[in-house]
Amino acid sequence: MNAANAPTAAPYTTIVGLEVHLQLQTRTKLFCGCSTAFGAPPNTQVCPVCLGLPGSLPVMNRAAFELAMKAALSLDCTIASFTKWDRKNYFYPDLPKGYQISQFDLPFSSSGSLEVVDPKGTFAPRTVRIVRVHLEEDAGKSMHDDTAGRADSRIDLNRAGTPLCEIVTEPDLRSPQEARAWLNELKLLLEYLGVSDCNMQEGSLRVDANVNLHIPEASGRIAKTPIVEIKNMNSFRSVERALIYEVARQWEEWQQTRAELGTMPKQTRGWDDPAGVTRAQRHKEESSDYRYFPEPDLVPVTVPPQQLAAVRASMESPPKQLRQSLQSQWNISAYDADVLVNQGRDLVAYFETLASQVGGGKVASNWMQQDVLRMLKERGGAIADFPVQPAGLADLIARVTAGTFDTSRAREIFAEMVASGRSAADVVGAMEIAAVGEDELRDLCRELLARNPKIVADVQGGKEQAAAGLIGQARKKNANVNPGEFRAMCLEMIRAMGR
Amino acid sequence: MQPAELSAVDIVAAVRQGDLSAVQCAETFLNRIEAGNGSINAFLNVDREGALACAAKIDARRRAGQPIGPLAGLPVAVKDVLCTANLPTTCASKMLEHFRPPYDADTVSRLRQADAVIVGKTNMDEFAMGGSNENSAFGPVRNPWDLSRAPGGSSGGSAACVAADMAPVAIGSDTGGSIRQPAGLCGITGLKPTYGRVSRRGLIAFASSLDQIGPMARSAADCALVLETIAGHDPGDSTSLVAGVPRYTELLEQPLTGVRIGRVPDHFAEGLDPEVAKGVEEAFAVLKAAGATVLDIRMPHAKYGVPTYYLIAPCEASSNLARYDGAHYGRRCEEAASRKGSRASDGPIAYDSPLVEMYCRSRGEGFGPEVKRRIMLGTYALSAGYYDAYYAKAMKVRRLIRQDYLDAFEHVDLIGGPVSATPAFKLGEKTGDPLAMYLVDLYTVAANLAGIGGISFPCGFTKSGLPIGFQLQAPALGEPLLLRASDRFQRLTDWHLRRPKKPVR
Repeated sequence: MNAANAPTAAPYTTIVGLEVHLQLQTRTKLFCGCSTAFGAPPNTQVCPVCLGLPGSLPVMNRAAFELAMKAALSLDCTIASFTKWDRKNYFYPDLPKGYQISQFDLPFSSSGSLEVVDPKGTFAPRTVRIVRVHLEEDAGKSMHDDTAGRADSRIDLNRAGTPLCEIVTEPDLRSPQEARAWLNELKLLLEYLGVSDCNMQEGSLRVDANVNLHIPEASGRIAKTPIVEIKNMNSFRSVERALIYEVARQWEEWQQTRAELGTMPKQTRGWDDPAGVTRAQRHKEESSDYRYFPEPDLVPVTVPPQQLAAVRASMESPPKQLRQSLQSQWNISAYDADVLVNQGRDLVAYFETLASQVGGGKVASNWMQQDVLRMLKERGGAIADFPVQPAGLADLIARVTAGTFDTSRAREIFAEMVASGRSAADVVGAMEIAAVGEDELRDLCRELLARNPKIVADVQGGKEQAAAGLIGQARKKNANVNPGEFRAMCLEMIRAMGR
Repeated sequence: MQPAELSAVDIVAAVRQGDLSAVQCAETFLNRIEAGNGSINAFLNVDREGALACAAKIDARRRAGQPIGPLAGLPVAVKDVLCTANLPTTCASKMLEHFRPPYDADTVSRLRQADAVIVGKTNMDEFAMGGSNENSAFGPVRNPWDLSRAPGGSSGGSAACVAADMAPVAIGSDTGGSIRQPAGLCGITGLKPTYGRVSRRGLIAFASSLDQIGPMARSAADCALVLETIAGHDPGDSTSLVAGVPRYTELLEQPLTGVRIGRVPDHFAEGLDPEVAKGVEEAFAVLKAAGATVLDIRMPHAKYGVPTYYLIAPCEASSNLARYDGAHYGRRCEEAASRKGSRASDGPIAYDSPLVEMYCRSRGEGFGPEVKRRIMLGTYALSAGYYDAYYAKAMKVRRLIRQDYLDAFEHVDLIGGPVSATPAFKLGEKTGDPLAMYLVDLYTVAANLAGIGGISFPCGFTKSGLPIGFQLQAPALGEPLLLRASDRFQRLTDWHLRRPKKPVR
């Protein structure tokens, strides 16, 4: 574990490659018109095609293919001008046809890459090469009841036939942290492009990781530990944890056994999240011979340059590009741009509207980072549902700029705007109506000075800053108290007392 | 008027004019089915009630002056490989003995839309695998010309019911000759259209890249009539052709003058029954007399047709039939039997688990020996280490065969020849020898491998009174010429009008 936590000191290099399965955000399934919505009662979103009934035939969903192309293009993949589908044959209860329609030797795209940059600099920018992206159908869901004495399995075929992109990377990642960061970047990219909602809890994004260690020996030779495939990880955090665990486990094992890559079949291990360990899964009894052959029920697809161009033209700018343009256009830091972009496209749009209305990126960014994001996080929900939209916040900021009140007061007004859904003018108006009159303020000063002789003494002794202690108390009694006015009045009264 | 003796074209005309009621017509054929099916076994299921109800509606609509469809009142028998929403669809397999699809095949919908009257589902070789109809789980079909002989297959029930006047028209499917060969052995006309001409949606798949639905009737003109209804693009079948459907019935008139017909000398090599050879040569003479020229051509790769077919078809079948696992529908073994699987096994898909035990037993009980043989052949040929030697090589040869046709059609418009090497053989004659059975497809498989159309029609009879079939093949979408040439032949001969000597009871 120590080694993994201090990678610079590690006597090995960690080698990680990922396989990501991504459900595409289509309304309907890949080969039929059934809904892909998550969470319906089991086996209610099915038809003869996705049930694989005799005589049924698949028909390719054009929207799914174009979304898949978007995903591949955003990963800088080359789109094949000719692609076909193949049958991957295997028996499983949640695979109604006895084969999965997938892509074998001619995937629709290959040879891409995606870079991940950590603005905090905990690792150097890493470019991960993409081997291929292909489009296939999802299987149904099996739920096994392994309770002692029972052997029930329940099958839900709602998911069967959902369009799925498989993204395979080269083993280019060098640490569990990088793997997690890269997955975050991938997720952000795909969400930005509207390709997938990337919800790991609902299974719309699934990750398997292949990991091993390269260990330099004294002779200069690099020893390689056997590659292990880790499955069952249901968050990016668990991907990172599983990899950290597995790296340490392989290092321990290497020291004991010196077993190298190629001396045993590839092992699959499942991540046990509560226990925090990976466990060897049963060896599949048959070696996987999927007997691939071209799917005769579908025609091959050729992608004409015009179609490719149209898909490209319809694509929104990816996060990497947005970060750069936010920095250059609004003069904000790389870190701030990263924070904003990582919150998603809607928030970026909010920021840009705000920045253009207040006439400056810096002040807009500060409000975003310190107030909007914090409130949003506290409240939960999407920026689109946030009660204060950019125009309202810009109005508030303009009042600060005009010197109507200070930033701390503006924060309070903002909080009230968020809580009540009222405009800055309304909130300010409401506060002015309740504004503390001079007599009232004087009474309050008098009361608090009488109750805090120590502060009075301190101020009289020359420590004017001690008066700040009175402001808090005053505001507790009356939120409308203007701290500046109150402080001035207190000091004046103390001076008067001293005379 | 005796509807059983009318052609489909005449029946449709008579119903339209009110000379014949759809109900009267349906009743006639249903009665003949009732009388004859016991000895022929052409039908697995007869829908008397549904057919009469359908016919009555058509009559009512006609009497009310409402429009009726182009096949109004025409009784049609449908091979039991096509899904019908209201009738069991069994593929002549125990596996699907009680299966009722929730939908109609595209062809069945089109027939209903055209106001055809579906009288029942016809017997066949199990999952369309066979050339004699002896592979049916529900007993063989008998050839109406000689009840001791096979009708051919796999559309044996469809061929026999037309030959025995139990239906004027039947729908068959042809993966390696399953329409043309039984049509030839039963003395009727059967058309296998170009691959993709008729939608495969709702056709229970045997070998998806080869399967094609087509009409079987007494004459080419009747086939043309039915093809007009069942052909056409179906957005639900990605492999169906996006090509307009000609009015085939209106394209029959043009004479054959100048049409070049290829003759393959290799077809007349050893193995071809002399009486069949004689009938086929006489057919060429008739076509010549009609104005066609006959040219000898070479098809250098034709001899690889059967081995190529018997790799590709089983490979696809092994995958297509994987879905019959007893879990979702179809036959499932006794619960107790599957519980013999080990419960201490590790996981639901372990070899000895109850689930896998259930799969194995259900499939073992549900499939017949020929289906199992082909599943095993295909599984083997697709397996790692064998794929290149078998499937991949077969696909290469398939391209060469297709190229043979492209080359040939540079010189000729049609290719003629025998359908089968022999007339109808005895039931049981070939059942012990699968290889001999596979050779009944010798002359027909190449058209499926190339995806082109072919038609079979009677061109004579043996001394013992068995029909001899003649086959014509045309380039892709050449159905108009196939039908025109066959129709011309049938205007000059009367072989297609002959009926079995012993009328069925």
